[in-house]
Amino acid sequence: MKALLFRDLQLAMRAGGGFGLGLSFFLIVTVLVPFGVGPESALLSRIAAGVLWIGALLACLLSLDRIFALDWEDGSLDLLATSPLPLEAVCVAKALVHWLTTGLPLTITAPLLGLLLSLPDGGFLWVFISLAVGTPALSFIGMFGAALTVGIKRGGLLLSLLVLPLYVPTLIFGAEIARRGVEGLSVSVPLMLLSGITLGTLALLPFVSALVLRINLR
Amino acid sequence: MLGVDSLTVTRGGVPVLEGVSFDVAAGEALILRGPNGSGKTTLLRTVAGLQPALEGQVNAPEESIAYAAHSDGLKANLTVSENLSFWAEIFGGGDVSSAVERFDLKSLSDRPAHSLSAGQKRRLGLARLLVTGRPIWVLDEPTVSLDAFAVAMFADVVKAHLADGGVALIATHIDLGLDAKTFDVGPFKAKPRPTSGFDEGFL
Repeated sequence: MKALLFRDLQLAMRAGGGFGLGLSFFLIVTVLVPFGVGPESALLSRIAAGVLWIGALLACLLSLDRIFALDWEDGSLDLLATSPLPLEAVCVAKALVHWLTTGLPLTITAPLLGLLLSLPDGGFLWVFISLAVGTPALSFIGMFGAALTVGIKRGGLLLSLLVLPLYVPTLIFGAEIARRGVEGLSVSVPLMLLSGITLGTLALLPFVSALVLRINLR
Repeated sequence: MLGVDSLTVTRGGVPVLEGVSFDVAAGEALILRGPNGSGKTTLLRTVAGLQPALEGQVNAPEESIAYAAHSDGLKANLTVSENLSFWAEIFGGGDVSSAVERFDLKSLSDRPAHSLSAGQKRRLGLARLLVTGRPIWVLDEPTVSLDAFAVAMFADVVKAHLADGGVALIATHIDLGLDAKTFDVGPFKAKPRPTSGFDEGFL
């Protein structure tokens, strides 16, 4: 599993690997929002946390169809399925790489981009924490969607349609944490619910995805 | 070592071959023959465990099959040796340098896979078999895009593998010069079956 993790990270970093794709999309969205809604900082600071979360979610969505599609096209997925590595571990590795190349950089840059949206002082920490807790769920749910649509030509649209509704609870609780953090309210309830979603997807989805992959490989 | 017992294999839910039985002992190879579309690939995928059989069973020791198909599973941005070391690590550490040597890839080992020719890629894909360290090779058209010299090189590797007590099940249209039985899938073509409307082919 370490070998697969390492190889996929290496592939992501090399030319054409799409490492910066999500990050630059996130940057573009947050830079454009102030131009769209106007420079009024009171308005911006009210919507900043929500915009950061939506931007991060869409940036995650952008790179989902690469999770399994590339390995499917060149036959690696067949070979991985016949290897000693269980498909469940393959799924975990794939989701983890997606998080390391998308979710983690987004989480780290979100507070910086919060400056552009005049995020209130109390918000920086909670935007960071909510994204750190929530983005693993986005990667694992996305990996499940990618497993469902692997082998479908131009499956990207179907993938987005399948995954978006599943993303909604994560978005609601994630943005709620950030909003309550900004207003200085207690965040414990949404934080617990978001952690619950993340832990649930981490525990459950590798098994479901491996099952789905086995059916899709037939 | 590898036994197949009255196997019925399906493609897209439709049976393509039925009642296929054969046994391959250690040190033997079996060549599958049959026209295009006769179900050789489907049979090989079923033997490799990539899809379930409708009826019958495949008897082989667990985790013993190495499968190689039309696509080689190469990553274009990784070099020849990186590609091989990855598979060696996944399959538990085969000898990469000897695999490189035996398929004459040494001078190419630092080249990225996308800069190789089709035949060189194929050789790299076949070299993967050596690093898996698995005894049963299930090969689907292994000689596509290989030149005569490379085919002979591949045949030598298969012979050495058989001499080590390995097994090879190969679907091919050309003569590899192996001392092996052939198995024609033609007579096992499945007869059309009545479908009950909503079957598992839909799922």
